[in-house]
Amino acid sequence: MAREAVIVGVGDVPLKEGRVVGGGSVLQVQARAAKAALDDARIPMRDVDGLLVAGLWGVPGPGQLPSVTLGEYLGIHPRFADTTNIGGSAFEAHVAHAAMAIEKGYCDVALIVYGSTQKSERSRALGGRPSVLTMQFENVWGIPQPVGGYALAARRHMHEFGTTEEQLAEIAVATRKWASLNPAATMRDPITIDDVMNSTKVSDPLKLLDCCLVTDGAGAIVMTTADNARAHGAKMTHIRGYGEAHTHWSIGAMPDLARLTAAEMSSQRAFQMAGVSHDAIDLVECYDSFTITVLMTLEALGFCKRGEGGQFVMNQRTAPGGAFPLNTNGGGLSYCHPGMYGIFLLVEAVRQLRGEAGDRQVKKVDTALVHGTGGTLSSGATVILANS
Amino acid sequence: MSETQAYEKPQPVIDPGTKPFWDAAREHRLSIPRCRACGKHHFYPRELCPHCHSDDLEWTDASGKGEIYSYTIARKPAGPVFAADVPYVIAMIALDEGPRMLTNIVTKDVERAAIGDRVTVKFDDVTPELTLPKFTLDKD
Ligand SMILES: [Zn+2]
Repeated sequence: MAREAVIVGVGDVPLKEGRVVGGGSVLQVQARAAKAALDDARIPMRDVDGLLVAGLWGVPGPGQLPSVTLGEYLGIHPRFADTTNIGGSAFEAHVAHAAMAIEKGYCDVALIVYGSTQKSERSRALGGRPSVLTMQFENVWGIPQPVGGYALAARRHMHEFGTTEEQLAEIAVATRKWASLNPAATMRDPITIDDVMNSTKVSDPLKLLDCCLVTDGAGAIVMTTADNARAHGAKMTHIRGYGEAHTHWSIGAMPDLARLTAAEMSSQRAFQMAGVSHDAIDLVECYDSFTITVLMTLEALGFCKRGEGGQFVMNQRTAPGGAFPLNTNGGGLSYCHPGMYGIFLLVEAVRQLRGEAGDRQVKKVDTALVHGTGGTLSSGATVILANS
Repeated sequence: MSETQAYEKPQPVIDPGTKPFWDAAREHRLSIPRCRACGKHHFYPRELCPHCHSDDLEWTDASGKGEIYSYTIARKPAGPVFAADVPYVIAMIALDEGPRMLTNIVTKDVERAAIGDRVTVKFDDVTPELTLPKFTLDKD
């Protein structure tokens, strides 16, 4: 019988007010998340033979070779490494790459890890991209990145489809409601559409409450074969389909500012592989760097038609109790956003599928779609997960 | 702009692939590559045409005309060196030749910029060595 790759462990580190509890270096927090995920999987660290890492830490320096550095730190000698970095969606791509490696027999236990201590360190590694190569045509204009690129997309989407700032605000309000149900979330106090509309202008039309948080955080995923999972008595989450794509990094090279082409490409392949329709998806976890990211992603994933994302999210459709549960941990907008958020989408989807999500548990989750977006609407990676 | 005043904003690290563009800008020409194989222009300059992947490219002077494809008003600066400029307009221009380029709109009233507005290049000599092709609103 063919080898089937499954997710058997998820882990993260506790946060308080957006900072890692007890502090720690970026290597320490990644080690804690890795241990949490391996304990969850009931698999010892010494069994890990595949290591998948993407991050913004330690550059210039040891972070230039992140899997080599982290493998050394963890005391393991992987025979499969993947440091694909396509932005915050990297971890959804890592799941796909690890699945292929495991199913091919190239490794048996894959560990995917991310961590950041950007809030504690008061750093934000994304800022100040040097004006070399392609960035020489972007930095000179003073575009605040990444928010400026997303603002350009939002403005164009409004122009083409009549999307409104209030519709974008619906997403921020709904996501905050989910966060209020998550004790680990950084921002838990309810907000209103007016609160979002009246929040500080950042880069028109995006305002402070349209933007993700800046926090610490670390997360990890463990994958192995279904046979190995059974041998360890681990809980299994099946991987039904995946896809990835990227189209640009410079915002000036985005094919269509009002259309998330990468997400269209990655999700079409994932749906095709999974052999399921949109009706079969009980839960969606999608990257919410900004409210506009969510709106464009829902269109690109095919949950509504192009241009109808604004209508789709109205009347708190994505909030707790709404028809379309979305970003149930409170998302990057209200739970945490440590630079590259995509790993937390996977952690939350697995917890929801297992029924381990506490007060925010969505009823009857058998199939979940996870979609990461990276860069400046640059990359997309989709994973469809299921209990059977 | 005074040439004695230090220019502290980000400056392009010009490389052999981009030097013709920046050299032309210093002469107040907006020069962009055009592909002899497929006839299309592109921006920023590349070694292979991004449309058909031919290497048969030439530099051509663009008209310097176009329209706003999208824009944002920066209310928070992209770092302290832009703080004095807030609010300022960053726009993506669809050049009449086809390609899009990111730039600034120079206008007294940032609220006036809108998608579809016709714009014309206005060269800003920010240092003796560096000229930035910014744009103005034709309706201004
Ligand atoms: Zn061509």
